Amino acid sequence: MDFSLLAAGVSGEGATPAWAMLAYLAAGVFFILALRGLSSPATSRAGNRNGMIGMAIAVVTTLVTHDIANIAEIGVAIFLGGIIGVTIARRIAMTAMPELVAGFHSLVGLAAVVVGFGAWLDPQSFGIADEATKQIFAVSRIELGLGIAIGAITFSGSVIAFLKLSGRMSGSPILLPARHIINLGTLAAILGLIGLYTVSPQGGAAEGWMIYAIAVLAFAIGFLLIIPIGGADMPVVVSMLNSYSGWAAAAMGFTLGNSAMIITGALVGSSGAILSYIMCRAMNRSFISVIAGGFGADAGAGGGGGAREQRPYKQGSAEDAAYMLEQAEKVIIIPGYGMAVAQAQHALREMADKLKEKGVEVKYAIHPVAGRMPGHMNVLLAEASVPYDEVFELEDINSEFSQCDVAFIIGANDVVNPAAKTDKSSPIYGMPVFDVDKAKQVFFIKRSMGGVGYAGVDNDVFYMNQTVMLLADAKKMVEEIVKSLD
Amino acid sequence: MDFISILSIFVLACFVGYYVVWSVTPALHTPLMAVTNAISSVIIVGALIASAEAGSPAAKYLGLFGVVLASINIFGGFAVTERMLAMYKKKEK
Repeated sequence: MDFSLLAAGVSGEGATPAWAMLAYLAAGVFFILALRGLSSPATSRAGNRNGMIGMAIAVVTTLVTHDIANIAEIGVAIFLGGIIGVTIARRIAMTAMPELVAGFHSLVGLAAVVVGFGAWLDPQSFGIADEATKQIFAVSRIELGLGIAIGAITFSGSVIAFLKLSGRMSGSPILLPARHIINLGTLAAILGLIGLYTVSPQGGAAEGWMIYAIAVLAFAIGFLLIIPIGGADMPVVVSMLNSYSGWAAAAMGFTLGNSAMIITGALVGSSGAILSYIMCRAMNRSFISVIAGGFGADAGAGGGGGAREQRPYKQGSAEDAAYMLEQAEKVIIIPGYGMAVAQAQHALREMADKLKEKGVEVKYAIHPVAGRMPGHMNVLLAEASVPYDEVFELEDINSEFSQCDVAFIIGANDVVNPAAKTDKSSPIYGMPVFDVDKAKQVFFIKRSMGGVGYAGVDNDVFYMNQTVMLLADAKKMVEEIVKSLD
Repeated sequence: MDFISILSIFVLACFVGYYVVWSVTPALHTPLMAVTNAISSVIIVGALIASAEAGSPAAKYLGLFGVVLASINIFGGFAVTERMLAMYKKKEK
Protein backbone atom coordinates (compact mmCIF):
# COMPACT_ATOMS: atom_id res chain seq x y z
CA MET A 1 0.00 0.00 0.00
CA ASP A 2 1.21 3.44 -0.86
CA PHE A 3 1.03 5.88 2.01
CA SER A 4 2.71 8.73 0.18
CA LEU A 5 -0.61 10.28 -0.80
CA LEU A 6 -1.92 10.33 2.76
CA ALA A 7 1.34 11.66 4.06
CA ALA A 8 1.49 14.37 1.41
CA GLY A 9 2.70 17.61 2.79
CA VAL A 10 4.72 15.96 5.51
CA SER A 11 8.25 17.15 5.30
CA GLY A 12 9.56 14.25 7.29
CA GLU A 13 10.70 16.77 9.86
CA GLY A 14 7.75 16.17 12.14
CA ALA A 15 5.14 18.48 10.61
CA THR A 16 1.79 16.80 11.12
CA PRO A 17 -1.01 16.99 8.53
CA ALA A 18 -4.39 18.28 9.68
CA TRP A 19 -6.17 14.95 9.41
CA ALA A 20 -3.57 13.36 11.68
CA MET A 21 -4.11 16.06 14.28
CA LEU A 22 -7.82 15.33 14.16
CA ALA A 23 -7.12 11.63 14.48
CA TYR A 24 -5.01 12.23 17.60
CA LEU A 25 -7.80 14.37 19.00
CA ALA A 26 -10.27 11.56 18.33
CA ALA A 27 -7.95 9.15 20.14
CA GLY A 28 -7.95 11.53 23.11
CA VAL A 29 -11.76 11.62 23.12
CA PHE A 30 -11.89 7.82 23.10
CA PHE A 31 -9.59 7.81 26.14
CA ILE A 32 -11.96 10.18 27.96
CA LEU A 33 -14.83 7.81 27.10
CA ALA A 34 -12.79 4.90 28.42
CA LEU A 35 -12.64 6.48 31.87
CA ARG A 36 -16.22 7.70 31.66
CA GLY A 37 -17.36 4.11 31.19
CA LEU A 38 -15.97 3.22 34.61
CA SER A 39 -18.71 5.19 36.36
CA SER A 40 -20.65 1.94 36.58
CA PRO A 41 -19.73 -1.73 36.19
CA ALA A 42 -22.50 -2.03 33.59
CA THR A 43 -20.78 0.37 31.17
CA SER A 44 -17.20 -0.38 32.12
CA ARG A 45 -16.40 -2.97 29.48
CA ALA A 46 -17.62 -0.73 26.67
CA GLY A 47 -15.34 1.92 28.19
CA ASN A 48 -12.34 -0.38 28.04
CA ARG A 49 -13.08 -1.09 24.35
CA ASN A 50 -13.12 2.66 23.71
CA GLY A 51 -9.65 2.82 25.24
CA MET A 52 -8.44 0.13 22.84
CA ILE A 53 -9.96 1.95 19.86
CA GLY A 54 -8.27 5.19 20.92
CA MET A 55 -4.92 3.45 21.20
CA ALA A 56 -5.31 1.79 17.79
CA ILE A 57 -6.10 5.17 16.21
CA ALA A 58 -3.05 6.80 17.81
CA VAL A 59 -0.67 4.01 16.75
CA VAL A 60 -1.95 3.73 13.17
CA THR A 61 -1.90 7.51 12.71
CA THR A 62 1.69 7.69 13.87
CA LEU A 63 2.82 4.87 11.59
CA VAL A 64 1.05 6.29 8.56
CA THR A 65 2.44 9.80 8.96
CA HIS A 66 6.07 8.78 9.33
CA ASP A 67 8.64 6.96 7.25
CA ILE A 68 7.86 3.35 7.74
CA ALA A 69 11.11 1.93 6.48
CA ASN A 70 11.45 -0.03 9.71
CA ILE A 71 7.91 -1.35 9.71
CA ALA A 72 9.05 -4.98 10.06
CA GLU A 73 11.16 -4.21 13.12
CA ILE A 74 8.37 -2.13 14.63
CA GLY A 75 5.92 -4.95 14.00
CA VAL A 76 8.21 -7.39 15.75
CA ALA A 77 8.59 -4.99 18.71
CA ILE A 78 4.83 -4.56 19.07
CA PHE A 79 4.26 -8.28 18.70
CA LEU A 80 6.90 -9.10 21.30
CA GLY A 81 5.50 -6.57 23.78
CA GLY A 82 1.96 -7.74 23.07
CA ILE A 83 2.78 -11.39 23.78
CA ILE A 84 4.54 -10.51 27.03
CA GLY A 85 1.73 -8.18 28.11
CA VAL A 86 -1.13 -10.56 27.36
CA THR A 87 0.69 -13.48 29.00
CA ILE A 88 1.21 -11.49 32.20
CA ALA A 89 -2.38 -10.22 32.16
CA ARG A 90 -3.77 -13.74 31.78
CA ARG A 91 -1.59 -15.39 34.39
CA ILE A 92 -1.55 -12.83 37.19
CA ALA A 93 -3.47 -13.70 40.36
CA MET A 94 -6.02 -11.08 41.38
CA THR A 95 -4.36 -10.78 44.79
CA ALA A 96 -1.16 -9.72 43.00
CA MET A 97 -2.86 -6.81 41.22
CA PRO A 98 -1.12 -4.07 43.26
CA GLU A 99 2.36 -5.22 42.31
CA LEU A 100 1.29 -5.76 38.71
CA VAL A 101 0.06 -2.18 38.48
CA ALA A 102 3.26 -0.91 40.10
CA GLY A 103 5.28 -2.97 37.64
CA PHE A 104 3.34 -1.59 34.68
CA HIS A 105 3.86 1.95 35.96
CA SER A 106 7.60 1.37 35.95
CA LEU A 107 7.40 0.43 32.26
CA VAL A 108 5.57 3.66 31.39
CA GLY A 109 8.24 5.59 33.26
CA LEU A 110 11.07 3.82 31.50
CA ALA A 111 9.35 4.25 28.12
CA ALA A 112 9.13 8.00 28.81
CA VAL A 113 12.86 8.13 29.54
CA VAL A 114 13.62 6.15 26.40
CA VAL A 115 11.43 8.39 24.24
CA GLY A 116 13.03 11.45 25.82
CA PHE A 117 16.49 10.23 24.89
CA GLY A 118 15.26 9.29 21.43
CA ALA A 119 13.96 12.82 20.91
CA TRP A 120 17.20 14.30 22.18
CA LEU A 121 19.30 12.14 19.84
CA ASP A 122 17.09 12.74 16.81
CA PRO A 123 15.38 16.11 17.38
CA GLN A 124 14.72 16.66 13.65
CA SER A 125 12.39 13.69 13.43
CA PHE A 126 10.47 14.92 16.44
CA GLY A 127 10.16 18.38 14.95
CA ILE A 128 11.68 20.03 18.01
CA ALA A 129 14.81 21.46 16.42
CA ASP A 130 15.45 24.58 14.44
CA GLU A 131 15.79 23.67 10.73
CA ALA A 132 18.81 25.88 10.18
CA THR A 133 20.83 25.68 13.37
CA LYS A 134 19.78 22.09 14.29
CA GLN A 135 19.39 23.24 17.87
CA ILE A 136 16.59 22.03 20.07
CA PHE A 137 14.11 24.82 20.91
CA ALA A 138 14.35 26.17 24.44
CA VAL A 139 10.76 25.28 25.34
CA SER A 140 11.30 21.76 24.01
CA ARG A 141 14.37 21.44 26.18
CA ILE A 142 12.31 22.17 29.29
CA GLU A 143 9.68 19.64 28.21
CA LEU A 144 12.33 17.08 27.38
CA GLY A 145 14.12 17.57 30.70
CA LEU A 146 10.89 17.37 32.68
CA GLY A 147 9.68 14.35 30.71
CA ILE A 148 12.91 12.44 31.32
CA ALA A 149 12.98 13.43 35.00
CA ILE A 150 9.36 12.49 35.72
CA GLY A 151 9.71 9.28 33.71
CA ALA A 152 12.83 8.29 35.62
CA ILE A 153 11.21 9.02 39.00
CA THR A 154 8.18 6.98 37.96
CA PHE A 155 10.44 4.13 36.89
CA SER A 156 12.64 3.78 39.95
CA GLY A 157 9.81 4.62 42.38
CA SER A 158 7.57 1.99 40.82
CA VAL A 159 10.31 -0.61 40.90
CA ILE A 160 10.67 -0.08 44.66
CA ALA A 161 6.88 -0.13 45.11
CA PHE A 162 6.77 -3.35 43.08
CA LEU A 163 9.50 -4.95 45.21
CA LYS A 164 7.75 -3.92 48.44
CA LEU A 165 4.28 -5.00 47.32
CA SER A 166 5.44 -8.36 46.02
CA GLY A 167 7.31 -9.05 49.26
CA ARG A 168 10.71 -9.16 47.55
CA MET A 169 11.71 -6.25 49.76
CA SER A 170 10.66 -5.61 53.35
CA GLY A 171 7.47 -3.55 53.55
CA SER A 172 8.73 -1.68 56.57
CA PRO A 173 10.06 1.82 56.01
CA ILE A 174 13.80 2.22 55.50
CA LEU A 175 14.83 5.53 56.98
CA LEU A 176 18.05 7.22 55.92
CA PRO A 177 19.44 9.96 58.14
CA ALA A 178 18.89 13.46 56.77
CA ARG A 179 16.74 12.01 54.02
CA HIS A 180 14.61 15.13 53.65
CA ILE A 181 17.68 17.25 53.01
CA ILE A 182 19.05 14.70 50.52
CA ASN A 183 15.71 14.53 48.71
CA LEU A 184 15.18 18.27 48.51
CA GLY A 185 18.78 18.77 47.43
CA THR A 186 18.44 16.19 44.66
CA LEU A 187 15.19 17.72 43.50
CA ALA A 188 16.76 21.18 43.41
CA ALA A 189 19.72 19.79 41.46
CA ILE A 190 17.39 18.25 38.87
CA LEU A 191 15.48 21.49 38.39
CA GLY A 192 18.75 23.44 38.27
CA LEU A 193 20.13 21.14 35.57
CA ILE A 194 16.96 21.44 33.50
CA GLY A 195 17.29 25.22 33.73
CA LEU A 196 20.96 25.10 32.81
CA TYR A 197 20.25 22.81 29.87
CA THR A 198 17.54 25.16 28.64
CA VAL A 199 19.74 28.24 28.58
CA SER A 200 22.95 26.58 27.44
CA PRO A 201 23.92 27.89 23.99
CA GLN A 202 24.74 24.81 21.93
CA GLY A 203 22.24 22.04 21.43
CA GLY A 204 22.82 18.34 21.04
CA ALA A 205 25.73 16.29 22.22
CA ALA A 206 27.66 19.00 24.04
CA GLU A 207 25.01 19.10 26.73
CA GLY A 208 24.85 15.33 26.89
CA TRP A 209 26.16 15.21 30.43
CA MET A 210 23.29 17.38 31.65
CA ILE A 211 20.63 15.09 30.20
CA TYR A 212 22.40 12.06 31.62
CA ALA A 213 22.78 13.75 34.99
CA ILE A 214 19.08 14.67 35.05
CA ALA A 215 18.16 11.04 34.34
CA VAL A 216 20.56 9.62 36.94
CA LEU A 217 19.48 12.04 39.67
CA ALA A 218 15.82 11.42 38.89
CA PHE A 219 16.33 7.65 39.08
CA ALA A 220 17.99 8.20 42.45
CA ILE A 221 15.23 10.40 43.85
CA GLY A 222 12.50 7.98 42.79
CA PHE A 223 14.31 5.33 44.78
CA LEU A 224 14.91 7.60 47.78
CA LEU A 225 11.31 8.80 47.83
CA ILE A 226 9.74 5.36 48.07
CA ILE A 227 12.06 3.39 50.37
CA PRO A 228 11.00 5.24 53.55
CA ILE A 229 7.31 4.62 52.89
CA GLY A 230 5.75 1.70 54.73
CA GLY A 231 3.34 -1.01 53.58
CA ALA A 232 0.19 0.63 54.91
CA ASP A 233 0.83 3.72 52.80
CA MET A 234 1.25 1.74 49.60
CA PRO A 235 -2.24 2.61 48.29
CA VAL A 236 -1.17 6.26 48.26
CA VAL A 237 2.19 5.46 46.67
CA VAL A 238 0.67 3.35 43.90
CA SER A 239 -1.86 6.12 43.16
CA MET A 240 0.86 8.76 43.21
CA LEU A 241 3.04 6.81 40.78
CA ASN A 242 -0.04 6.36 38.59
CA SER A 243 -0.29 10.13 38.54
CA TYR A 244 3.41 10.56 37.71
CA SER A 245 3.19 8.15 34.79
CA GLY A 246 0.45 10.41 33.43
CA TRP A 247 2.49 13.60 33.84
CA ALA A 248 5.43 11.89 32.12
CA ALA A 249 3.20 11.09 29.13
CA ALA A 250 1.89 14.67 29.14
CA ALA A 251 5.42 16.12 29.15
CA MET A 252 6.29 13.99 26.12
CA GLY A 253 3.02 15.09 24.53
CA PHE A 254 4.15 18.71 24.88
CA THR A 255 7.44 17.83 23.21
CA LEU A 256 5.66 16.23 20.28
CA GLY A 257 2.73 18.65 20.20
CA ASN A 258 0.53 15.57 20.25
CA SER A 259 -2.99 16.09 21.58
CA ALA A 260 -3.67 12.39 22.23
CA MET A 261 -0.66 12.22 24.55
CA ILE A 262 -1.51 15.49 26.28
CA ILE A 263 -5.15 14.56 26.89
CA THR A 264 -4.14 11.12 28.15
CA GLY A 265 -1.42 12.54 30.35
CA ALA A 266 -3.85 15.01 31.89
CA LEU A 267 -6.47 12.31 32.45
CA VAL A 268 -4.05 9.85 34.02
CA GLY A 269 -2.33 12.56 36.01
CA SER A 270 -5.62 13.78 37.50
CA SER A 271 -6.81 10.25 38.07
CA GLY A 272 -3.77 9.31 40.13
CA ALA A 273 -3.86 12.60 42.01
CA ILE A 274 -7.53 12.16 42.92
CA LEU A 275 -6.96 8.57 44.02
CA SER A 276 -4.03 9.70 46.20
CA TYR A 277 -6.27 12.36 47.73
CA ILE A 278 -9.07 9.84 48.40
CA MET A 279 -6.59 7.47 50.07
CA CYS A 280 -5.06 10.22 52.21
CA ARG A 281 -8.49 11.42 53.28
CA ALA A 282 -9.46 7.86 54.22
CA MET A 283 -6.44 7.70 56.53
CA ASN A 284 -6.80 11.29 57.76
CA ARG A 285 -3.22 11.94 56.77
CA SER A 286 -1.78 14.70 54.69
CA PHE A 287 -0.13 13.89 51.40
CA ILE A 288 3.07 15.52 52.65
CA SER A 289 3.24 13.27 55.70
CA VAL A 290 2.81 10.18 53.52
CA ILE A 291 5.58 11.31 51.18
CA ALA A 292 7.81 12.17 54.13
CA GLY A 293 7.49 8.51 55.03
CA GLY A 294 8.24 6.53 58.13
CA PHE A 295 4.65 5.65 59.04
CA GLY A 296 4.47 2.34 60.87
CA ALA A 297 8.17 2.38 61.73
CA ASP A 298 7.54 3.34 65.34
CA ALA A 299 5.22 0.40 66.03
CA GLY A 300 4.33 0.29 69.70
CA ALA A 301 5.34 3.84 70.40
CA GLY A 302 1.94 5.17 69.44
CA GLY A 303 -0.97 5.82 71.76
CA GLY A 304 -1.94 2.84 73.88
CA GLY A 305 0.64 0.70 72.15
CA GLY A 306 3.55 1.47 74.43
CA ALA A 307 2.48 -0.64 77.38
CA ARG A 308 0.29 -3.36 75.98
CA GLU A 309 -1.08 -5.13 79.02
CA GLN A 310 -2.72 -8.52 78.72
CA ARG A 311 -6.42 -7.80 78.61
CA PRO A 312 -9.10 -10.46 78.73
CA TYR A 313 -10.79 -11.41 75.50
CA LYS A 314 -13.18 -14.13 74.38
CA GLN A 315 -12.08 -16.76 71.95
CA GLY A 316 -14.58 -18.76 69.93
CA SER A 317 -14.67 -21.66 67.53
CA ALA A 318 -16.01 -22.02 64.01
CA GLU A 319 -19.08 -23.79 65.42
CA ASP A 320 -19.87 -20.83 67.70
CA ALA A 321 -19.56 -18.44 64.80
CA ALA A 322 -21.70 -20.61 62.50
CA TYR A 323 -24.40 -20.86 65.16
CA MET A 324 -24.54 -17.10 65.73
CA LEU A 325 -24.36 -16.30 62.03
CA GLU A 326 -27.33 -18.46 61.07
CA GLN A 327 -29.40 -16.97 63.90
CA ALA A 328 -28.71 -13.47 62.62
CA GLU A 329 -31.00 -11.41 60.45
CA LYS A 330 -28.33 -9.17 59.09
CA VAL A 331 -24.58 -9.74 58.76
CA ILE A 332 -22.02 -7.20 57.58
CA ILE A 333 -18.68 -8.58 56.42
CA ILE A 334 -15.60 -6.34 56.62
CA PRO A 335 -12.72 -7.70 54.55
CA GLY A 336 -9.16 -6.41 54.77
CA TYR A 337 -5.71 -7.12 53.45
CA GLY A 338 -5.54 -10.28 55.61
CA MET A 339 -8.31 -11.78 53.49
CA ALA A 340 -6.25 -11.16 50.38
CA VAL A 341 -3.14 -12.72 51.91
CA ALA A 342 -5.09 -15.81 53.00
CA GLN A 343 -6.95 -15.97 49.64
CA ALA A 344 -10.13 -16.40 51.67
CA GLN A 345 -12.50 -14.58 49.29
CA HIS A 346 -13.92 -17.73 47.67
CA ALA A 347 -14.59 -19.45 50.99
CA LEU A 348 -16.13 -16.21 52.24
CA ARG A 349 -18.56 -16.06 49.31
CA GLU A 350 -19.53 -19.70 49.98
CA MET A 351 -20.24 -18.79 53.59
CA ALA A 352 -22.37 -15.85 52.47
CA ASP A 353 -24.28 -18.07 50.03
CA LYS A 354 -25.07 -20.57 52.80
CA LEU A 355 -26.27 -17.76 55.04
CA LYS A 356 -28.43 -16.26 52.30
CA GLU A 357 -30.06 -19.68 51.77
CA LYS A 358 -31.01 -19.54 55.43
CA GLY A 359 -32.60 -16.13 54.95
CA VAL A 360 -29.81 -14.02 56.42
CA GLU A 361 -29.17 -10.65 54.80
CA VAL A 362 -25.45 -10.36 53.96
CA LYS A 363 -23.62 -7.19 52.99
CA TYR A 364 -19.96 -6.38 52.49
CA ALA A 365 -18.41 -3.17 53.80
CA ILE A 366 -15.24 -1.86 52.21
CA HIS A 367 -12.96 0.82 53.56
CA PRO A 368 -11.22 2.98 50.95
CA VAL A 369 -7.78 1.94 52.19
CA ALA A 370 -8.53 -1.76 52.68
CA GLY A 371 -5.89 -3.73 50.84
CA ARG A 372 -2.85 -2.44 49.06
CA MET A 373 -4.41 -0.32 46.33
CA PRO A 374 -7.66 1.56 45.74
CA GLY A 375 -10.52 -0.86 45.06
CA HIS A 376 -8.37 -3.92 45.79
CA MET A 377 -11.04 -5.65 47.93
CA ASN A 378 -13.77 -5.01 45.36
CA VAL A 379 -11.78 -6.83 42.70
CA LEU A 380 -11.14 -9.80 44.97
CA LEU A 381 -14.80 -10.08 45.91
CA ALA A 382 -15.78 -9.77 42.25
CA GLU A 383 -13.31 -12.55 41.48
CA ALA A 384 -15.13 -14.73 44.01
CA SER A 385 -18.42 -13.91 42.19
CA VAL A 386 -19.79 -11.67 44.92
CA PRO A 387 -22.40 -9.49 43.18
CA TYR A 388 -21.25 -5.87 43.22
CA ASP A 389 -24.58 -4.61 44.50
CA GLU A 390 -23.93 -6.41 47.81
CA VAL A 391 -20.69 -4.48 48.31
CA PHE A 392 -20.86 -1.04 49.97
CA GLU A 393 -18.51 1.82 50.64
CA LEU A 394 -17.75 3.13 54.12
CA GLU A 395 -20.07 6.15 54.14
CA ASP A 396 -22.96 4.22 52.60
CA ILE A 397 -23.04 1.43 55.16
CA ASN A 398 -21.59 2.83 58.37
CA SER A 399 -25.00 3.83 59.74
CA GLU A 400 -26.25 0.24 59.39
CA PHE A 401 -24.05 -1.31 62.05
CA SER A 402 -26.48 -0.37 64.80
CA GLN A 403 -29.14 -2.50 63.10
CA CYS A 404 -26.91 -5.42 62.25
CA ASP A 405 -26.69 -8.58 64.31
CA VAL A 406 -23.20 -9.63 63.36
CA ALA A 407 -20.18 -7.68 62.14
CA PHE A 408 -17.79 -10.20 60.63
CA ILE A 409 -14.25 -8.84 60.39
CA ILE A 410 -11.85 -10.80 58.26
CA GLY A 411 -8.28 -9.63 57.84
CA ALA A 412 -9.04 -5.99 58.64
CA ASN A 413 -7.84 -4.21 61.76
CA ASP A 414 -7.06 -0.50 61.73
CA VAL A 415 -10.23 0.30 59.76
CA VAL A 416 -12.40 -0.88 62.68
CA ASN A 417 -10.28 0.59 65.48
CA PRO A 418 -12.40 2.92 67.64
CA ALA A 419 -9.22 4.66 68.82
CA ALA A 420 -9.46 6.59 65.56
CA LYS A 421 -12.59 8.24 67.00
CA THR A 422 -11.63 8.60 70.66
CA ASP A 423 -7.89 8.53 71.30
CA LYS A 424 -6.25 11.76 70.27
CA SER A 425 -2.77 10.39 70.86
CA SER A 426 -3.34 7.49 68.49
CA PRO A 427 -1.46 7.62 65.18
CA ILE A 428 -4.69 6.77 63.38
CA TYR A 429 -6.79 9.42 65.19
CA GLY A 430 -9.27 11.08 62.85
CA MET A 431 -9.28 8.30 60.29
CA PRO A 432 -12.88 7.36 59.38
CA VAL A 433 -13.58 3.84 60.69
CA PHE A 434 -16.43 1.34 60.71
CA ASP A 435 -18.64 1.60 63.80
CA VAL A 436 -18.46 -2.12 64.56
CA ASP A 437 -18.83 -1.39 68.27
CA LYS A 438 -22.51 -0.68 67.53
CA ALA A 439 -23.14 -4.17 66.19
CA LYS A 440 -24.78 -6.66 68.56
CA GLN A 441 -22.10 -9.25 67.96
CA VAL A 442 -18.63 -9.02 66.47
CA PHE A 443 -16.57 -11.88 65.07
CA PHE A 444 -12.95 -11.00 64.47
CA ILE A 445 -10.83 -13.40 62.42
CA LYS A 446 -7.18 -12.87 63.21
CA ARG A 447 -4.19 -15.13 62.99
CA SER A 448 -3.11 -14.54 66.59
CA MET A 449 -3.48 -11.99 69.36
CA GLY A 450 0.15 -11.01 68.94
CA GLY A 451 0.07 -8.94 65.79
CA VAL A 452 -1.34 -5.47 65.57
CA GLY A 453 -2.42 -3.55 62.48
CA TYR A 454 -0.02 -1.72 60.20
CA ALA A 455 -0.41 1.38 62.31
CA GLY A 456 1.03 -0.61 65.22
CA VAL A 457 -1.74 0.19 67.68
CA ASP A 458 -3.84 -2.02 69.92
CA ASN A 459 -7.52 -2.35 69.07
CA ASP A 460 -10.25 -2.06 71.72
CA VAL A 461 -12.60 -4.08 69.53
CA PHE A 462 -10.70 -7.25 70.55
CA TYR A 463 -11.75 -6.81 74.18
CA MET A 464 -15.37 -5.72 73.82
CA ASN A 465 -18.07 -7.77 75.50
CA GLN A 466 -19.78 -8.63 72.25
CA THR A 467 -16.54 -9.57 70.46
CA VAL A 468 -15.51 -13.16 69.86
CA MET A 469 -12.00 -13.65 68.48
CA LEU A 470 -11.59 -16.41 65.91
CA LEU A 471 -7.85 -17.02 66.00
CA ALA A 472 -6.82 -18.92 62.90
CA ASP A 473 -5.85 -18.56 59.27
CA ALA A 474 -8.72 -16.67 57.63
CA LYS A 475 -9.32 -19.17 54.86
CA LYS A 476 -9.27 -22.24 57.16
CA MET A 477 -11.56 -20.56 59.66
CA VAL A 478 -14.13 -19.56 57.03
CA GLU A 479 -14.02 -23.05 55.48
CA GLU A 480 -14.73 -24.54 58.92
CA ILE A 481 -17.63 -22.15 59.41
CA VAL A 482 -19.00 -23.22 56.02
CA LYS A 483 -18.81 -26.89 57.12
CA SER A 484 -20.58 -26.10 60.38
CA LEU A 485 -23.34 -24.31 58.49
CA ASP A 486 -24.34 -27.49 56.64
CA MET B 1 0.92 23.35 17.12
CA ASP B 2 2.07 26.35 19.06
CA PHE B 3 2.74 26.17 22.76
CA ILE B 4 -0.38 28.09 23.80
CA SER B 5 -2.74 25.77 21.88
CA ILE B 6 -1.05 22.76 23.44
CA LEU B 7 -1.26 24.31 26.88
CA SER B 8 -4.98 25.05 26.36
CA ILE B 9 -5.67 21.43 25.49
CA PHE B 10 -3.69 20.33 28.52
CA VAL B 11 -5.46 22.60 31.00
CA LEU B 12 -8.92 21.74 29.69
CA ALA B 13 -8.08 18.03 29.70
CA CYS B 14 -7.04 18.31 33.35
CA PHE B 15 -10.51 19.63 34.18
CA VAL B 16 -12.18 16.91 32.11
CA GLY B 17 -10.03 14.37 33.93
CA TYR B 18 -10.98 15.81 37.30
CA TYR B 19 -14.73 15.47 36.70
CA VAL B 20 -14.58 12.15 34.90
CA VAL B 21 -12.44 10.52 37.56
CA TRP B 22 -14.63 11.71 40.45
CA SER B 23 -17.56 10.02 38.74
CA VAL B 24 -15.77 6.66 38.71
CA THR B 25 -17.35 4.34 41.25
CA PRO B 26 -14.92 3.41 44.07
CA ALA B 27 -15.61 -0.28 43.37
CA LEU B 28 -13.79 0.16 40.05
CA HIS B 29 -10.74 2.01 41.33
CA THR B 30 -8.41 -0.91 40.64
CA PRO B 31 -9.61 -1.30 37.02
CA LEU B 32 -9.29 2.50 36.75
CA MET B 33 -5.60 2.27 37.63
CA ALA B 34 -5.10 -0.60 35.21
CA VAL B 35 -6.79 1.20 32.33
CA THR B 36 -5.09 4.55 32.99
CA ASN B 37 -1.87 2.63 32.95
CA ALA B 38 -2.76 1.18 29.56
CA ILE B 39 -3.74 4.50 28.01
CA SER B 40 -0.73 6.36 29.39
CA SER B 41 1.27 4.05 27.15
CA VAL B 42 0.11 6.26 24.30
CA ILE B 43 3.70 7.38 24.82
CA ILE B 44 4.30 4.62 22.25
CA VAL B 45 3.66 7.39 19.70
CA GLY B 46 7.00 8.94 20.64
CA ALA B 47 8.73 5.58 20.57
CA LEU B 48 7.31 4.86 17.12
CA ILE B 49 8.56 8.17 15.77
CA ALA B 50 12.07 7.52 17.12
CA SER B 51 12.15 4.04 15.64
CA ALA B 52 10.48 4.87 12.33
CA GLU B 53 12.38 7.98 11.37
CA ALA B 54 15.82 6.57 12.03
CA GLY B 55 17.51 9.94 11.99
CA SER B 56 20.08 8.32 14.24
CA PRO B 57 20.70 4.60 14.75
CA ALA B 58 20.86 5.01 18.54
CA ALA B 59 17.48 6.74 18.51
CA LYS B 60 16.07 3.93 16.38
CA TYR B 61 17.08 1.19 18.82
CA LEU B 62 16.00 3.24 21.81
CA GLY B 63 12.70 3.77 20.02
CA LEU B 64 12.24 0.07 19.34
CA PHE B 65 12.98 -0.68 22.99
CA GLY B 66 10.36 1.92 23.94
CA VAL B 67 7.87 0.28 21.57
CA VAL B 68 8.37 -3.07 23.31
CA LEU B 69 7.91 -1.51 26.78
CA ALA B 70 4.82 0.44 25.80
CA SER B 71 3.32 -2.57 23.99
CA ILE B 72 3.67 -4.71 27.11
CA ASN B 73 1.69 -2.05 28.93
CA ILE B 74 -0.91 -1.50 26.26
CA PHE B 75 -1.74 -5.15 25.71
CA GLY B 76 -1.21 -6.15 29.34
CA GLY B 77 -3.12 -3.15 30.71
CA PHE B 78 -6.18 -3.51 28.51
CA ALA B 79 -6.24 -7.31 28.86
CA VAL B 80 -6.02 -7.27 32.64
CA THR B 81 -8.68 -4.52 32.83
CA GLU B 82 -10.96 -6.60 30.61
CA ARG B 83 -10.34 -9.63 32.82
CA MET B 84 -11.20 -7.71 35.98
CA LEU B 85 -14.29 -6.02 34.54
CA ALA B 86 -15.65 -9.34 33.32
CA MET B 87 -15.80 -10.49 36.95
CA TYR B 88 -18.10 -7.71 38.15
CA LYS B 89 -21.59 -9.16 38.12
CA LYS B 90 -24.96 -8.09 39.42
CA LYS B 91 -27.09 -10.23 41.68
CA GLU B 92 -28.90 -12.95 39.72
CA LYS B 93 -32.59 -12.73 40.27
